[in-house]
Amino acid sequence: MEIFLQQIINGLVQGSVYALVALGYTMVYGILGLINFAHGEVVMMGAMISLSVLTALIGIGLSPFLALPLSLTLAMAGCMALGYGIERIAYRPLRHAPRLAPLITAIGVSIVLQNLAMMIWGRDYHSFPQLFSNHTHQIFGAIISDIQLIIVIAALCIMAGLMLLIHRTRLGRAMRAIAENQHAAQLMGVDVNRVISITFMIGSALAAVAGLMVSANYGLAHYYMGFLLGLKAFTAAVLGGIGNLRGAMLGGLLLGLIESLGAGYIGDITGGFMGSQYQDVFAFLVLIAVLVFRPSGLLGERLAERA
Amino acid sequence: MSLLELSGIGKRFGGLKALTDVSLHIDQGEIYGLIGPNGAGKTTLFNVITGLYQPDSGEFHFNGKSYRTVKPHVLASCGIARTFQNIRLFANLTALENVMIGRHVRTHAGVIGSLLNSRATRLEERACREKAGELLRQVGMTKPHQTLAKNLSYGEQRRLEIARALASEPLLLALDEPAAGMNATETENLKALLENIRKSGVTVLLIEHDVKLIMGLCDRVAVLDYGCKIAEGVPDLVRKDSAVIAAYLGTDDE
Amino acid sequence: MAKLPKYILLLVVVLLPFAIDALLGRGWVRIVDFAMLYIMLALGLNIVVGYAGLLDLGYIAFFAVGAYCYALTGSPHLALAFPQLFPDGLHLSFLVVLPMAALLAGGMGVILGAPTLRLRGDYLAIVTLGFGEIIRIFMNNLNAPVNLTNGPQGISRIDPINIAGMSLNATQKIFGIALPSVHLYFYLFLTFAALVVFVSHRLERSRIGRAWMAIREDEVAASAMGINTRNLKLLAFAMGAAFGGVSGTLFAGFQGFVSPESFSLMESIMVLCMVVLGGMGHIYGVILGGLLLALMPEMLRHSVVPMQQALFGRIIIDPESLRMLLFGTALIAVMLYRPAGLWPSPVRRRELLTDEME
Repeated sequence: MEIFLQQIINGLVQGSVYALVALGYTMVYGILGLINFAHGEVVMMGAMISLSVLTALIGIGLSPFLALPLSLTLAMAGCMALGYGIERIAYRPLRHAPRLAPLITAIGVSIVLQNLAMMIWGRDYHSFPQLFSNHTHQIFGAIISDIQLIIVIAALCIMAGLMLLIHRTRLGRAMRAIAENQHAAQLMGVDVNRVISITFMIGSALAAVAGLMVSANYGLAHYYMGFLLGLKAFTAAVLGGIGNLRGAMLGGLLLGLIESLGAGYIGDITGGFMGSQYQDVFAFLVLIAVLVFRPSGLLGERLAERA
Repeated sequence: MSLLELSGIGKRFGGLKALTDVSLHIDQGEIYGLIGPNGAGKTTLFNVITGLYQPDSGEFHFNGKSYRTVKPHVLASCGIARTFQNIRLFANLTALENVMIGRHVRTHAGVIGSLLNSRATRLEERACREKAGELLRQVGMTKPHQTLAKNLSYGEQRRLEIARALASEPLLLALDEPAAGMNATETENLKALLENIRKSGVTVLLIEHDVKLIMGLCDRVAVLDYGCKIAEGVPDLVRKDSAVIAAYLGTDDE
Repeated sequence: MAKLPKYILLLVVVLLPFAIDALLGRGWVRIVDFAMLYIMLALGLNIVVGYAGLLDLGYIAFFAVGAYCYALTGSPHLALAFPQLFPDGLHLSFLVVLPMAALLAGGMGVILGAPTLRLRGDYLAIVTLGFGEIIRIFMNNLNAPVNLTNGPQGISRIDPINIAGMSLNATQKIFGIALPSVHLYFYLFLTFAALVVFVSHRLERSRIGRAWMAIREDEVAASAMGINTRNLKLLAFAMGAAFGGVSGTLFAGFQGFVSPESFSLMESIMVLCMVVLGGMGHIYGVILGGLLLALMPEMLRHSVVPMQQALFGRIIIDPESLRMLLFGTALIAVMLYRPAGLWPSPVRRRELLTDEME
């Protein structure tokens, strides 16, 4: 029972990170109908920037309570610039090109970012500095650390904030209008290019936060971390219904749970034939199953056939 | 003898009833017109007839056979060819290749035949090429047949689409607003082309906004409004039908 | 371009390994051998991506299937997994394994393709990527409880390719001419590459090829033309996968060793780069792309490393990262400025010219 609860907690923590990254995919998809394949690498850049700034600041003796927000702000700024740049260079010129074209440029962007990161930060794992005492809480025998608690709470707050932004502000209304009908929105005076740029920037800021959370949770960051994380977050977005914000959150949490429960129990299920090293397979299986049986996802509307 | 017979066709999208209990029949060798105000369900009905949508209810008979759920490619091989309202050519292929693809259901070469380049395949290929060229000339294509479809003018693209549809030697040729965006001369040419097609024995189903074209060309016309068939008959009678006039001009009590 | 008589072209190609050997050294013949394998892979992927327009990001998985197929059946490895059944391993002949691998990879192509065919292009890309990763995860972990793949260490001591009692791993005398192993493999790969070119060429101008291109251009219109889009997409998947499987078998025999590392996502992307950069759907463009990208790492290694050492006294950017940076940038640049690739098919090029003249 404790193990079960522990897996649930781990799943929720991991799931909140997936949810934040999935939001980035889903926002862009909702507005442009495009899979921003390079989003995972933005998360990685966020993690690497925040981690190196944080390490430097702690190194000069700054208090963690100052260093953490400062490094996060810098990472967010960096990622926002990155997101803006990616959209301008790799996506905007191809907005009316065949669908494969932006996907291929996105792969190009991913490769460039990954190798840039490798050149800047090297091939080694970077460890997350010890900021707080490793305080943990016990819930019915399961353990949750302070950092994990902060991750879940922060993720929930950010998601609530994003919902307010989308549903209560002028900008959010413009975003929803473009998602409905880009051309009509333009005719109504919405500056489409500006809103799209802002969408990429918001998504990238969320990616930066997620990047910091991942490296805090695992205690590590690495130039290659973006690929798998991005793929899983995309899975989460599809699971919830791509283009749907609530779906991305639900999908993220669910995927986190599926993964951690799956990894925890796969040994028992297969009679020891497969162990937790197959954890990464679950995300792909979920992705394939969803796309085959319910391509619209849990909360998505039916994708209309373009006739 | 009726070539196509629909009875009680219904189709809904979510809460929207796009088609309600539509029944009609198209006779062998006629030009049948389908008109109606915007949003009346013309294109939906058209997509049901060509297999792109599956009807929720009703029966579908074509050429003496009954169909339930059918895929577009099956209907195409049974003899229904279509064009699209917003032209859908194979943009990066040549005009000739477009028409040759239209002959897909009338040719048979498979992987093995193509690899061996057998005599049968070569003959079929040559015949296909010749037939395609002939069709292009028939619809009045003046540009070189090696021109990419995307580089043709609007009117030429419309004609190429008709040639591509004719390439499958259909029993029923279904045209979705072929005159849309055409000027008066082009429309006249289209009219002559359709007359010729009919003379060659192909039945034509025509959706059109241009009421003049429909009235001058069609043997019979059906009028759709809000997904229901409100009138059907020879053009002169339909034109005088009070329900039709109401649908197009609005009724007094609205 | 003036047409060279075919026999001159043939003569040039036949003499090529000797020329490379004499001018650049034997190591370069080996590099060209690998380039030929990549060209085969690229041509196989070209059927899926270039003709049928299905973006497959997990293509290397089929290469892996072919490679492991021969690695398992043509090495002592099976003795580890099933000591009772195969005390010395199963040493099947290459010529027996080759069709098996092609069939198996083709079958895998159909199995992996079937659930994804209803998906739009970009979803398809991600699902195939996922499939590719799943296969790699299994290769990495299927060393327990039964040691099937030997995990990350991979399988070694694979039998060299043996044709008509002649091992390709040793120098052989043919018509009195001594042919070193790398030359023999060159001719073997050349034969297979020519076969793949032949198949692509014939299909491209056939009813099947046209149907694929119709699907690529507009799937709805294609099905309205009576094209059974599902079957034809599966056919493209299967044929592309079969070519991948064949190249994989050749690869395993040539290298004598396979490990999951050779089948990473980056390899899939590299093969895709070859197709995209060269010219999607154009055989010669794809060959050019394959040649360029397969030779590039070697050229970089031979130019960038000494250059950096001369300039800075040490290596600042390692050639591998530089290569990947160039790949990434090239992908973006080609899509933005030359979407039909470096060497697009003649029809398209002619059209581009007429566009400029008008």
